[in-house]
Amino acid sequence: MKKKSALAVTAVGAALALGLSACGGGGASQSQGGGESAAAKHTMNAALENVFNPSDKKGGTLKMAISEDWDSIDPGDTYYALSWNLIRIYGRPLVTYNPAPGAKGRELVPDLAESLGTPSDDGKTWTYKLREGVKFEDGTPITSKDVKYAVLRSLDKKTFPNGPTYFNDWLDLPKDFKSVYETPDVNTDQAIETPDDRTIVFHLKKPFGGFDNFAALPSTIPVPKDKDTGTKYREHPIASGPYMFETVQTGKQYTLVRNPHWDPATDPIRKALPDRYEIYLGVNADDLDNRVISGDLHVDLAGTGVQPAALGRVLSDPQLKERVDNPTGARTWYIPIVPDVKPLDNVECRKAIIYAADRVSLQQAYGGEFAGGEIATGLMPPSIDGWKRIDLYPTGTGDLEKAKEALAKCGQPNGFETTMAYRSDRPKEKATAESLQQSLARVGIKLNLKGYPTSDYFTLYFGKPSFVKENGIGLGTHGWGADWNDGFGFMSQITDSRTIRESGNYNISIKSPEIDKLIDQANEETDKAKRDELWAQVDYKVMEEAFVLPIVWSKSVLVRPTGATNVFVTGAFDMYDYLNMGVA
Amino acid sequence: MGTYIIRRLIGAVFMLIVVSMVTFSIFFVVPRLAGATPMDMANRYVGRAATAEIVADQAERLGFNDPLVVQYGRWIAGVFFGAEYDTGAGVEQCPAPCFGYSFITRQPVWPDLMDRLPVTVSLAVGAAVLWLIGGIATGVVSALKRGSLFDRAAMGVALAGVSLPIFFTGIASLVVFSYGLGITAPGGSYTPFTENPVEWAYNMILPWTTLAFLYAASYARLTRAGMLETMSEDYIRTARAKGLPESKVIVKHGLRGALTPIVTIFGLDFGLLLGGAVLTESTFSLNGVGKYAVNAIMKNDLPQIMGVTMLTAFFVVIANLIVDLLYAVVDPRVRLS
Repeated sequence: MKKKSALAVTAVGAALALGLSACGGGGASQSQGGGESAAAKHTMNAALENVFNPSDKKGGTLKMAISEDWDSIDPGDTYYALSWNLIRIYGRPLVTYNPAPGAKGRELVPDLAESLGTPSDDGKTWTYKLREGVKFEDGTPITSKDVKYAVLRSLDKKTFPNGPTYFNDWLDLPKDFKSVYETPDVNTDQAIETPDDRTIVFHLKKPFGGFDNFAALPSTIPVPKDKDTGTKYREHPIASGPYMFETVQTGKQYTLVRNPHWDPATDPIRKALPDRYEIYLGVNADDLDNRVISGDLHVDLAGTGVQPAALGRVLSDPQLKERVDNPTGARTWYIPIVPDVKPLDNVECRKAIIYAADRVSLQQAYGGEFAGGEIATGLMPPSIDGWKRIDLYPTGTGDLEKAKEALAKCGQPNGFETTMAYRSDRPKEKATAESLQQSLARVGIKLNLKGYPTSDYFTLYFGKPSFVKENGIGLGTHGWGADWNDGFGFMSQITDSRTIRESGNYNISIKSPEIDKLIDQANEETDKAKRDELWAQVDYKVMEEAFVLPIVWSKSVLVRPTGATNVFVTGAFDMYDYLNMGVA
Repeated sequence: MGTYIIRRLIGAVFMLIVVSMVTFSIFFVVPRLAGATPMDMANRYVGRAATAEIVADQAERLGFNDPLVVQYGRWIAGVFFGAEYDTGAGVEQCPAPCFGYSFITRQPVWPDLMDRLPVTVSLAVGAAVLWLIGGIATGVVSALKRGSLFDRAAMGVALAGVSLPIFFTGIASLVVFSYGLGITAPGGSYTPFTENPVEWAYNMILPWTTLAFLYAASYARLTRAGMLETMSEDYIRTARAKGLPESKVIVKHGLRGALTPIVTIFGLDFGLLLGGAVLTESTFSLNGVGKYAVNAIMKNDLPQIMGVTMLTAFFVVIANLIVDLLYAVVDPRVRLS
């Protein structure tokens, strides 16, 4: 029987390998057979800094898929990077990210607006002028009032809980305004004015130099008031971009077709190449990888890289490896060190943890160099504007002498005991906790590991200060991605101690009046270079105070599609740019 | 017979009420006992940058501040009389049977379930036909040719079928047959039977076969064991002594006697599958009830989890009732009373 079982497994394995080699072969021959231009030769990272297979050829169906679903296709109710990337094919925000590879993709360019915002009143007022001739999918002209209405409706977090709250926090809204649905008659001109059909003026409570990043949020995509159906708007958002929804099957599939009222003359950044988009939801993640590899699908919409099952194959097969792009994302995996829990209230004890950590082992826990990321020396990732390398701590297997010195200064020469939380349903985080447990034991720091479910991790456990204190949780696993790639977009939610609430916190360890003060200074600064410098100082201060043990700046293994044109990784989202991709 | 069915139906309703209470307790009472506040519960339904004010507002709107009895009463009343939900921009009607409203997908649960049910039914029915035919036939032949090469090979394959998880056989078969040889549909393919029966069957053949392979293995072993036992009974010898043809002895007397435990297991298996073939649907990217359940669990969408649980419980209870009724047909010794 043993022999038979072994035989069966071997047979299936052989069949699997046969199938896979067929898939790989298919992809290669397709690339040689005219699916891609002669100049488009697959090499690893070919689409990081250059456009792979550039083309203006129109037509075809671009097929995308995702293993889950994202929050919403309603521009006022979405907070996923993939969604902010994709939404631009059917919606036009005032400003957007330059469709270009690498760091150039992080530059802001005007979209629905003619130019970037004009600040006045020391950065408290921002004015935009809309382009002429822009229309919704039904042919109705788009006016500044549609943009104002879109922003105001997105403020209603009862109806649209998913989107960011930047406009809620910064607009100078009248006190009696609740929402466009509850208080439709309240005059909101003190927050947003529309002096004519093409001009929109935003008034803030306090100066904010980086407002163009707010103007790039999907919530500035115009929404016609008479077509707004509240929570049902997600069943058919009205298009202002080159494509409009043909079908919306929630949780299953979206299809988009050309918007006949989109005028390329009003839109200098979009190529609008495919005739149609088909987006499949809830596709098995491993199956999805196989389909992208075989060319049956163009893009894994999530843009976070292949699954572990495909990773080894992709990196070990020379043909497939040539199709890999391996960008470093604006995401850091890290371990907050909670100063509320003794003896971690002493900075030297916190430093001892960082010194003793085996950073190489932690990198391995996250998947190694390609799939895990680069060993992080600070909280802020290198793709954030203004990033500076911080070399306060070793990045090798740990400096035990320095760790012991720090422990002595902390008054705990023999080490101490604390608890570390991790998300029990995430194998990488479990491996991280176990790795740290082993490396800290070398200096007498005993870690008790406790796993909690992801679904309630921040709401009930590691994001709830009272729970953290009561249970003596000194460390935990954590990760954070940028809303956009500048200091504010990455750091504001996780370093400002004033954002900490009863539960559901993403900042549990960084509590410093000095850092809060630097954040205020950065927010008010209208000079971008100076603002970036202030955020770099925040990063330095976080590390100096040893509030976090950074693990890796995340990298992902993306498989470049065959049969697609204009393929490149945008620095805005660190995934393939979906704005101008076409079908070969 | 009529009285029996009515009594069982009343019992089924009570069973479903108990299931609803247990499910509600697991998702709503246990977290509260573990220290979760209404604000903590509401945190699941707000965005990642929600302020304390937004969370408090959600807690009030979703009724998490009400006593648990009131919350349960509201849910059960919705099932019978429908409910209304404040969605912020207006009030959403959820007509009876209202099994809750998802504040994540912004959809009532029941229509979502009914939308996905045809996929699950297609999968379950097709696979069941295959595994019953394949499993029982293999089991019967194996039992009749006990110790033969066929018997050994069939039981070996059956062991492999039971041992190999569907997320392996499913992915492997997709890679080989769909993406390698191109003879079956890729994952995620589904056409409603009413639209195109041929395409429906073509799209479903691989999920059916893979799922049936798993179940057929168990049924083959079960049938074989049952047949071996039945065929050694005295009444089989009597039947043969009476001069009945061997085919009649096997089918009418042998198989019929061996079927009772198979029908019992089939009732449970089929009922559970109708409530969602979680692994198969996930592996083949089929948007059925099982995939819906997985998404609900991943997103901690309590109303959806409650809805799926109730639907599964309903199918299991009904399938068992049908099985009990079938006993009388399969086995003449059984009388319903």
